[in-house]
Amino acid sequence: MEILSLSALEIREKILTKKLSCQEVVKAFVEQIKKCQKYNAVLEIFDDVEEKAKEMDEKIGQGFKGKLAGVPIIIKDNILYEGKICSCSSKFLKDFVAPYNATVIEKVLAEGAIILGRANMDEFAMGSSTENSAFGVTHNPLDFDRVPGGSSGGSACAVALNMCPIALGTETGGSVRQPASYCGIYGLKPTYGRISRYGIVAFASSLDQVGIFSKTVEDNALMLEVIAGGDEHDSTSSQTAVDNYSCFENDCKYTIGIPKEIVQISQGMACQKNYQNFIDSLKKKGFAVKEISLDGISLCLPTYYILAPAEAASNLARFDGVKYTSRNKEAKTLQEIYKKSRSEGFGKEVKRRIMLGNYVLSAGLYDAYYKKAKAVQGKIISQFDKAFEQCDLIAMPTTIGEAFKIGSKPSNPIDTYKEDVFTVSANIAGVPSLSIPFGQGENGLPLGIQILAKKFDEKKIYSFANSFTKGEE
Amino acid sequence: MQYDVVIGLEVHAELKTQTKCFCSCKNTYGDLPNSNCCPVCMGLPGALPVLNKFAVEQTVRAGLALGFEINKQALFERKNYFYPDLAKAYQISQLEKPICINGHLKVFDKEIPINRIHLEEDAGKLVHKDNVSLVDYNRAGVPLIELVTDALKQPHIESADEAIEFLTKLRQIYIYAGVADCIVEKGQMRADVNVSLKPKGSSEFGTKVEMKNIMGFKAVHRAITYEIQRQKEILDEGGVIEQETRKWDNDKGESYTLRTKENSEDYRYFPDPDLLMVNIDQKDIDRIKDSMPILPAQLKEKFMNEYGLSEYDSDVLLADKEVCDFFIACLEDYFKPKTVANWVITEVLARQKLEGKILVSKENLVWIIKAVDDKKVQRLAAKDLLSDIWGTTLSAEEQARKKDILADLSTDFVLEVIEKVVKEKSGVVEQFKREKDPKILNFLVGQVMKETRGKANAQAVLQKLTDMLK
Repeated sequence: MEILSLSALEIREKILTKKLSCQEVVKAFVEQIKKCQKYNAVLEIFDDVEEKAKEMDEKIGQGFKGKLAGVPIIIKDNILYEGKICSCSSKFLKDFVAPYNATVIEKVLAEGAIILGRANMDEFAMGSSTENSAFGVTHNPLDFDRVPGGSSGGSACAVALNMCPIALGTETGGSVRQPASYCGIYGLKPTYGRISRYGIVAFASSLDQVGIFSKTVEDNALMLEVIAGGDEHDSTSSQTAVDNYSCFENDCKYTIGIPKEIVQISQGMACQKNYQNFIDSLKKKGFAVKEISLDGISLCLPTYYILAPAEAASNLARFDGVKYTSRNKEAKTLQEIYKKSRSEGFGKEVKRRIMLGNYVLSAGLYDAYYKKAKAVQGKIISQFDKAFEQCDLIAMPTTIGEAFKIGSKPSNPIDTYKEDVFTVSANIAGVPSLSIPFGQGENGLPLGIQILAKKFDEKKIYSFANSFTKGEE
Repeated sequence: MQYDVVIGLEVHAELKTQTKCFCSCKNTYGDLPNSNCCPVCMGLPGALPVLNKFAVEQTVRAGLALGFEINKQALFERKNYFYPDLAKAYQISQLEKPICINGHLKVFDKEIPINRIHLEEDAGKLVHKDNVSLVDYNRAGVPLIELVTDALKQPHIESADEAIEFLTKLRQIYIYAGVADCIVEKGQMRADVNVSLKPKGSSEFGTKVEMKNIMGFKAVHRAITYEIQRQKEILDEGGVIEQETRKWDNDKGESYTLRTKENSEDYRYFPDPDLLMVNIDQKDIDRIKDSMPILPAQLKEKFMNEYGLSEYDSDVLLADKEVCDFFIACLEDYFKPKTVANWVITEVLARQKLEGKILVSKENLVWIIKAVDDKKVQRLAAKDLLSDIWGTTLSAEEQARKKDILADLSTDFVLEVIEKVVKEKSGVVEQFKREKDPKILNFLVGQVMKETRGKANAQAVLQKLTDMLK
């Protein structure tokens, strides 16, 4: 039990000082995953973890001191790990074995991480509850009847239930921060371009980023240090130098911006009181709090639900039943292969978004939707730029409330889309945002507050979170 | 009724590059199926394109060779459609901001305006075997440039002949600029053609009919001729031309409807979020301009004005870059343009056409030409000599010695042979003395030359015989 509650940093320290072996650590976490099977957070424990742990012990014996030496992690099922299935929680890719490593996988392996398994998710990362997985829903770690959030719900649940100290997820519109908030842990969506997307199954290429779940700020920063950086395989990755994120700044007298529009939107929402508590707490701790304006913020959600489906429709077109995706057995003609394979391969939500995406890109509608959404995105980016001239960081609720009950949002997809109202702005603006656990809702379930910074200012976010939580303890 | 014909061309050419357009796979032809593929060009999940800068440079080079403006900012877009040879189910192409805009190409006496050249990736290839279809992705991701003529501007391409001249010229320029090999048989150059007819003198365009992926220039000529006639007949009968895409069947010599306007595809173009805007510096444009190889038009001027070649000879030499390069190389060693051009056109070209390649070194050819000029080898013997060494590693000089055809101009040797012939052919000699017919004299010269195996100088022999038989 002691091993499971250790942070990644502590695990590494204990392994390097020979107080624990990597094999012991891996064994403990694998047992925990098995024990928590009913939560359906992890789709597969990789069969080579013991072997890898043994190799790692030998390597460490020879003096290896990687930043993640011996640290077990879990990855979302849309990150390619060579030789392992990468299904995106879709029937369509249920047998797809990754033929190469994602850049983030190369990086964590080089620093000595042991990848225990792959985590459940909403199919192709589309959803906010992990209910859209073809392999069953993941349960909230604190209330079995509720969702863990999504789309990276499996990863979040795994960290919250001590199945691993750090897990990787991916974000397009809040898929890391929202489940982090629902599960009471830290979840980072870094700056767009901070982490290579090579080997991440694309949802919406201009918004996708790998995200990090952890129980501590230190672990989160440590992981970012490892996986951030430019990549020759990803033209959209940034060559901006990688900071030493885990060396927090001690003196962080930051000015925290509170967007008045967010205060307005949150009126009457379950998160409203908690948000106010957070602002009070900031003041109490001596942070300067400043009211700012982001008047285009309400446009982020519609902008997101045009851009993301448009790119998704194109990105998911390659899953056509011709090559590696499962082909419908009865299909006889080419048209039938496409139609039948895609009809049975994709789940309902994925189909909905593909249709939405193709609609907004179609001849005659492109200017009215896609082009306009791109223009709005440009405006939102410049509003964030202006806002960050007046403050160092921006704070806002991560979610509108606590985790909702499984099956409680069936009929109208728009209701579920509205869950993303606070998270999508960071994706649209391309800025980093960390959801930190703060407060509880009326059912005693965790809530989160997200801290946004200007592009590549992750270190400021971590430093703030560190200093804020230190005071909390 | 009389009609004006308006022809538009879209020409695809595979760029000459080491690697593919968006990955580092080899850009080659004829390798084992699916041997030059990677996650990127196979469109595997998670793979991302990375632009090959040299492909952009080659596109700029093609543009500059055709007088295009180069866009300082170019954009890649996704053209979405389903087909098994299209791994990602979209082609990375360019719509709104192509690399090259507003060029032109001289066809006979017209400067034909060209709208654009853009860079895109080629698709794979379907192979149908018995009742299965297979896909070879070796070609997927090969850089392709698409050139589109500008029918909105005058003058137009108005006949099949002009279209073929356009394609021939274009091909020549691409080859000379070093941007593409354009081997039509390998599908390295493919043309889409659109044809419309309007009443003579009318300013309003008729309905366009498109024909896609026609292989080979002759087929293009036939397809255009067929389409003009087809439309003429419909219009003459008062019919209406349907806007459609037709498929040219070169075996049957006719075309059939592929798609009509109603079911034309919506490609849902949008900027590819995986690629950044391409910035093309003036510095790079200048560098490419400065390093531009000499182009056919400049060479032709040089051949005619500096070398004194005829237009016909210049065109013949320019038509094949290998021949032209060989000609120029020979001139470096022996600067007699007219003589060398003659040899290259009459002797080298014919053999190259037959064998597909020039199989003689410039050193050997120059030696032969010089030997003829210096009267060391007779012209006919020289041609035989060229045949002997063609495709071998023999040296012309050694072979000439071995065959013993090098001229021996010593007077004693020639006199000896002449006396021998005069003695042997005394009857003919007597006849000449009576009739003074120059034909008879020529016969005797021929006999002497035969006897010397071409080593003597025929002119000198003639002189000697004339003197002797006065």
